[in-house]
Amino acid sequence: MRIVVMVKQVPDMERVKFDQEKGTIDRKSAGTEMNPFDLNALEAAVQVKEELGAEVVAISMGPPNAEEVIKESIARGADHGVLLSDRRFGGSDVKATSNALAYGIKTIEREYGKVDLVICGMQTVDGDTGQVGPEVAEFLNIPHIAYVEGVERVDEESIDVVCDIWEGVYVKKLKYPGLLTVTKSLNNPRLPSFKNKMAAKKYQVPVWNPDNFGEGISEDLFGSKGSPTRVRRVVVPKSHVRAGKVWREDFDTAFDEIIKRLGDERVLEVNNG
Amino acid sequence: MADYKGVMVCTEQKHGKFHRVSFELLAQAQILAKKLGEPVYCSVLGPSNLDLSQLTSRGADEIFMVSDDNAFEYPDVMLTTDNLAQIIEKVKPSVCLFGATSFGRSLAPRIAARFGCGLTADCTGLDIDESGNLIQIRPAFSENILAHILSSARPQMATIRYKEFDEQTPVEGLKSNVKHFDFKDSSVGLIETLREIKQEDFNITDASVVVSAGKGLKTPEDIKLIETLAKALGGVVGGSRPLIDEGFLTKPHQVGYSGNRVKPKLYVACGISGAPQHQAGMKEADIILAINTDPSAPIFNIADYGIVGDLYQVIPSLIEAIEKR
Repeated sequence: MRIVVMVKQVPDMERVKFDQEKGTIDRKSAGTEMNPFDLNALEAAVQVKEELGAEVVAISMGPPNAEEVIKESIARGADHGVLLSDRRFGGSDVKATSNALAYGIKTIEREYGKVDLVICGMQTVDGDTGQVGPEVAEFLNIPHIAYVEGVERVDEESIDVVCDIWEGVYVKKLKYPGLLTVTKSLNNPRLPSFKNKMAAKKYQVPVWNPDNFGEGISEDLFGSKGSPTRVRRVVVPKSHVRAGKVWREDFDTAFDEIIKRLGDERVLEVNNG
Repeated sequence: MADYKGVMVCTEQKHGKFHRVSFELLAQAQILAKKLGEPVYCSVLGPSNLDLSQLTSRGADEIFMVSDDNAFEYPDVMLTTDNLAQIIEKVKPSVCLFGATSFGRSLAPRIAARFGCGLTADCTGLDIDESGNLIQIRPAFSENILAHILSSARPQMATIRYKEFDEQTPVEGLKSNVKHFDFKDSSVGLIETLREIKQEDFNITDASVVVSAGKGLKTPEDIKLIETLAKALGGVVGGSRPLIDEGFLTKPHQVGYSGNRVKPKLYVACGISGAPQHQAGMKEADIILAINTDPSAPIFNIADYGIVGDLYQVIPSLIEAIEKR
């Protein structure tokens, strides 16, 4: 059995500085890390590997230094990893990114063998769209289940997962090949082991470009050429800071003022019927 | 591109009930369709007894429907993709709008990939530019910016945040054309639903008052205190992620980036520091009251009223003050 985990290097969103004038983030202002949701995807794959004996292959797309995130995947239990990195991938939107990753996974099938399951985080913290997973599944022509919160059972043919859709929690069976996008509630990612860390240090990350995908695949599928969406402009919204009134003592006065406002705005009346 | 016409709302239903986001999308679709001088469409996949008048009275000019009494009983992305795709292929709408619900966010990317068109996630605003293109406005980078995005392909697709817009008010005497399509089985492969786990019937996004607790709460028993305050205010109980992770409350109660986004009339944050992830789920509340021992907690920056104090002392006296009123 073979599992591909899609991972992404993202800026540390807690620390990254934001340029309010230009409407861009200064990627140099903070370190990078593996997209937090991808840690859960990787942990899920490693758990299946422990139970059934699978091979885990990580894939990512990004600049050359994104090989760090592949090395981290190895440290966290992946057996192999591949980075898609080339200027022809630059300026990719969701569609172009998904196309590149789908071709990357097809190339993994050719190089390493049949892929049964693809797992990724439910979204990235920088792009924040949650769209790449399902688009990759569509480009690979395999079914997917999004927002997986639990695994009930797994074997070499299928996996039963728990997912939450509109006030309903469902147990669904995915027959391979298929793709899962996972939430943070799925598991608690473990820390890299010493042995795996050493393996990661030595690991030579294969870097692929569109030429690795094979003959007759148009480069126009990738990068800005393969991207139907573009950002026309960026607007900095008004700040959400409110002119708050803060009390450190005399809470009774505070309560009076707050309760009066709730009465005036019919918050209390409405709710009391 | 000229072949593509109309603004389509891809409605969502479960057990014969439309998701409210579909009614919110209908309001937006009408504004866009009016600017374009084009019709409002609805796609509907569901049982044959679905009450389509709910869409008609909210301005759907044409309804495209695939009905099957069993197939759409459980939300099934694979079946929905194939059946919706045949409608879109035939109708060729210029714009397709999906609710950014867990189902819509899973379905829309499949549809967009199938048609090779663009898709913008979680839009909070929509407009039409001077050339008749859809401007898709979405917050990015922890909501620090609003990106205005255009698509070069058709249909132009977007998922729209739930509770971002008001619902279209129903009007009597409107008419829609209803066109039926044959049911199609999935071409990619089915996902079998083994069972639905019974869950408490609770929807935090509908509540007009939400009283939430965070790490300031010490034991699971103390939820009772939060419940008492919520009851006094006629509201429901919510929580920040750490409380859900600790098992104090179940997932439907979670407010924040990875939980529910709420927009109540009143939000009370008790012992919540206000990390950006939590703020993402509640900062749109009309009135925010924060109770926290730490005067430098970020929650005070977005609160209308802040009380620097211990929730175990403040809440009982607040309840007393409300009841005395």
